[in-house]
Amino acid sequence: MLSREVIISVTFGYLILLFAIAWYTERKGSPLKKWANHPWVYALSLAVYCTAWTFYGSVGRAAENGLDFLAIYVGPCLVAPLWWLVMRKIIRISKAMNISSIADFISSRYGKSANLGALVTIFCLFGILPYISIQIKGISNSLDIMQLTETPLAAGSFSVFSDSGFYLALGLALFTIFFGTRAIEATARHEGLVIAVVFESIVKLFAFLAIGIFVSFFLFDGLTDIFAQAKVADLSHLFVLSGENGVSDWFWMGLLSMMAVMFLPRQFQMGIIENTSEKHLDTAMWLFPLYLVLINVFVLPIALSGLMIFQNQPVLADTFVLAIPLKFGQEGLAVLGYLGGFAAATSMIIVSTISLSTMVSNNLLMPILVANGNFSKRFQSNLPGILIWGRRLTILAIILLSYFYFRILDTGSSLVSTGLISFVAIAQLSPSIIGGIFWKKASKSGATVGLILGMGIWGFTLILPTFASIGLVPKEILTDGLFGYSWLRPNSLFGMEGMSIVSHALFFSLFANILCFVAISFFAKQSSKELNQAVLFVDIFKYDQKLDTNIFWKGQAQFSALQSLLNTFLGEEKSTKSLSDFKLNYGKPFQNEGMADPEFVSFAQRILSGVIGVASARILVASVVKEEEISMDEVLNILKETQGIKSLNLELKSKTKALKKASEKLSEVNKALKLNDMLKDEFISTVTHEMKTPITSIRAFSEILQDENLNEDEKRRFLQIIIDETGRMTRLIDQVLDLERFDSGRQTLNWEKTDLKNLILESAESMEKVFLEKSLDFQIDCRFEKLYLLVDQDRIKQVLLNLLSNASKFAKSSVQLIAVEEDQMLSIAVADDGVGIPEEDLPYLFEKFFQAKNQTQKKPIGTGLGLAISKKIMEYHSGTIDVSTEPGKTVFQICIPLQQEALTPHPLRS
Amino acid sequence: MNKILLVDDEPNILLSLDFLFKKEGYQVLIARDGEEAMALIRDEIPDLIILDIMMPKVDGYEVCAFVKENYLKTKVVFLSAKSKEKDLQKGLALGADKYLTKPFSTKEIVAEVKKLLN
Repeated sequence: MLSREVIISVTFGYLILLFAIAWYTERKGSPLKKWANHPWVYALSLAVYCTAWTFYGSVGRAAENGLDFLAIYVGPCLVAPLWWLVMRKIIRISKAMNISSIADFISSRYGKSANLGALVTIFCLFGILPYISIQIKGISNSLDIMQLTETPLAAGSFSVFSDSGFYLALGLALFTIFFGTRAIEATARHEGLVIAVVFESIVKLFAFLAIGIFVSFFLFDGLTDIFAQAKVADLSHLFVLSGENGVSDWFWMGLLSMMAVMFLPRQFQMGIIENTSEKHLDTAMWLFPLYLVLINVFVLPIALSGLMIFQNQPVLADTFVLAIPLKFGQEGLAVLGYLGGFAAATSMIIVSTISLSTMVSNNLLMPILVANGNFSKRFQSNLPGILIWGRRLTILAIILLSYFYFRILDTGSSLVSTGLISFVAIAQLSPSIIGGIFWKKASKSGATVGLILGMGIWGFTLILPTFASIGLVPKEILTDGLFGYSWLRPNSLFGMEGMSIVSHALFFSLFANILCFVAISFFAKQSSKELNQAVLFVDIFKYDQKLDTNIFWKGQAQFSALQSLLNTFLGEEKSTKSLSDFKLNYGKPFQNEGMADPEFVSFAQRILSGVIGVASARILVASVVKEEEISMDEVLNILKETQGIKSLNLELKSKTKALKKASEKLSEVNKALKLNDMLKDEFISTVTHEMKTPITSIRAFSEILQDENLNEDEKRRFLQIIIDETGRMTRLIDQVLDLERFDSGRQTLNWEKTDLKNLILESAESMEKVFLEKSLDFQIDCRFEKLYLLVDQDRIKQVLLNLLSNASKFAKSSVQLIAVEEDQMLSIAVADDGVGIPEEDLPYLFEKFFQAKNQTQKKPIGTGLGLAISKKIMEYHSGTIDVSTEPGKTVFQICIPLQQEALTPHPLRS
Repeated sequence: MNKILLVDDEPNILLSLDFLFKKEGYQVLIARDGEEAMALIRDEIPDLIILDIMMPKVDGYEVCAFVKENYLKTKVVFLSAKSKEKDLQKGLALGADKYLTKPFSTKEIVAEVKKLLN
């Protein structure tokens, strides 16, 4: 039998130990301070999730409903792998923006709205207060059990000793105030507190495992024995999964706990605000689920044992953890269990009250105070004091309220159901948070309406029945519905039956919440401030390095005014330090006087946010600066600019590429030009060379005629040579000019309907003399009668004469002309039986002066321009000229299309 | 009587040169391309050759080189339409005694030939 004094002194002793640990940790140079940055410490601090609910309530729940107590731990385990996605982003955002609580987070996301922050704060207070209250109740009950072991208590019956619960509550408030509000920055790390919480996490796990092992291996013969006996005792329904309904409940409970483990104010405090490194998430992602598994291993065995041991005795299943060791005289173990439960409850109370007090002071109190211009001006220097004492008083008030809540309003409901009610309340925050970090369009109005509606349904479905059960509202509401409408029954909205009360409430509240949030966000127009914050939140990984330059703000502020604000709230020392930090990262010369630039204003606002909350900081800074509303267009422009840098870069890259391509092309063209230039030079030098030949003869004979006494015969002969050479010269000049006109496209043709047969015969006739002179056999084979085509007859004749004359020069004995109509073409071929053309010359055959390739070898006969001009003429007639050659047979062939109407005569017309 | 070989593929130029040098009392030989020229050189060993450069089959440079290698006494006068300084240098480098360009002055070419043969 434990005396009251022993219990009381053990309890206060434990509290003093907590004080000592926290105090020792915060001492300068303490090794524990370093531990506070260890990833294991982070993971274990998250175990603040396990409260008296886990410690006592789970056993109670298991004794009643079997396995479903587990659902609330399965959710967190399932969601843990997603933390890398969600928690990391929230951590990054919160650190970058100096966010101090979950209310601050939501307020900041939705345009730094003070109203939304206040709304969330109030919801959290409503949601969490009963939860804290139930923890105090847990402590109080366990205290009672420890002292009145002969008659285990039923819930709600308090003895005179309950006053000790009050003192314990005061002690807790003191501890929280002492270690939770030392620094004015709400974002400051509380190392002492974290280590104390981790210590408590270890104590509760250790205590629970100890009792579990005692029950399973000392009272029973191992786990299998317990289950075997339970089966005999007809308790198997507790460890076999129930039917369909059970499965749907599991789903809703799992979902609920997923949200709770991230967004409960105490989880946000430990997981986000107290986080020192995103890398710690790696450890937490496996260690925290492992902790949950360990602390739940013995829940069912203890519950089953309790049911079997206390058969037909009025022992509340919530108290089995203590009642079993006491019944078997294990007082030491019972005290350990008691301390474990105490640890579970206190850590929850401490962390929850800190986060709630921060919310109340920064998101409720401060915005009201600083929004009142007169007050804020008169008491500006006192504001920090007001702030910190506001927090301390809030902590005290919350704990006392919770104490009296359970004293006065105690409804006798179990730990678990009260906890679940809180969970549902907190779940209402998740749409605005999750939507806020992944969806830029999520708007303030959507979040606000969603939250209010969700909380409204929460109140209606979960709180109203509680009030009804203690007579605060008429009980008929439960059975008949609100205003007598049966579809407005709190426990079966729209006639929905068959779900558990909590699942039902969660379904409707969350459904309405999300629906409103999404629908309104879709249609709502965001203000520039909202959009600014929305972009920063959603794209935090892009902006967090240069946050201040990405905050869109326009206005004028005196540097000195901002500095004095910082001095007031941070103190000279810290304000000077943060100022030098800012200068260090600023990257350009910093002006210490006159007007502050937007970056500094944003920076000051951010630093202040860490102390007084985002919304209050905005209001406060706005009070010393002349802010101009920044227009939506400006925000969009700046956004485009910032985001445009990336695409600009891309554009630049592609431009560089294009430039490179262009320069490559240019160098190619240049090469071609150079080649062209060379060819032109070559052409000119060849032309002049060709011209010199007749001129040489002309000059030589002219001089002879002048100098010598010649007879008439000689005179006439030499004069004839001069005339011939002049003609040759003229032809050459004509051809060069011809070619030049064809090349430049300035050549005009004289189009006429011409009978080609006639044309061929005429050309052949004029060459007959030449063939005769050279004793060459010349045959004409024209396989059609009259054929009229639109051609320039002089030009076609020129081509034919050129081919025939070439043939006459190369032929050994015979030349043939064959003209046929085939494949819609008129084809005229001129063949000779000469030696043929060397293959290497073929590609250059139709180039002007192609023999210029081999400068010293003079072309056999002719000007070297004939074929080049022929080719041009054929092109102008949309025709072709080709050659095929072999020793003993060389054939030049020209083709003219018969369907000339279909063709537009090449660039020219007559 | 000095023998002069005229090598050119232009009949009218050959005609004018033939007239000029015959009138001066030289014995004149005529070739219409490099190949023909080389054959004549072997057979007749002229005292002077008036040599075009751009000709079918064998060009003037080759003929000049052949002469300077085998017939040291034979003078070579290039007569070409190629009038660039580098063409001139190349001709002289091959051992030619004179480089004249087309169109030529009849008096000049006769005077040069006379000078070279004295």
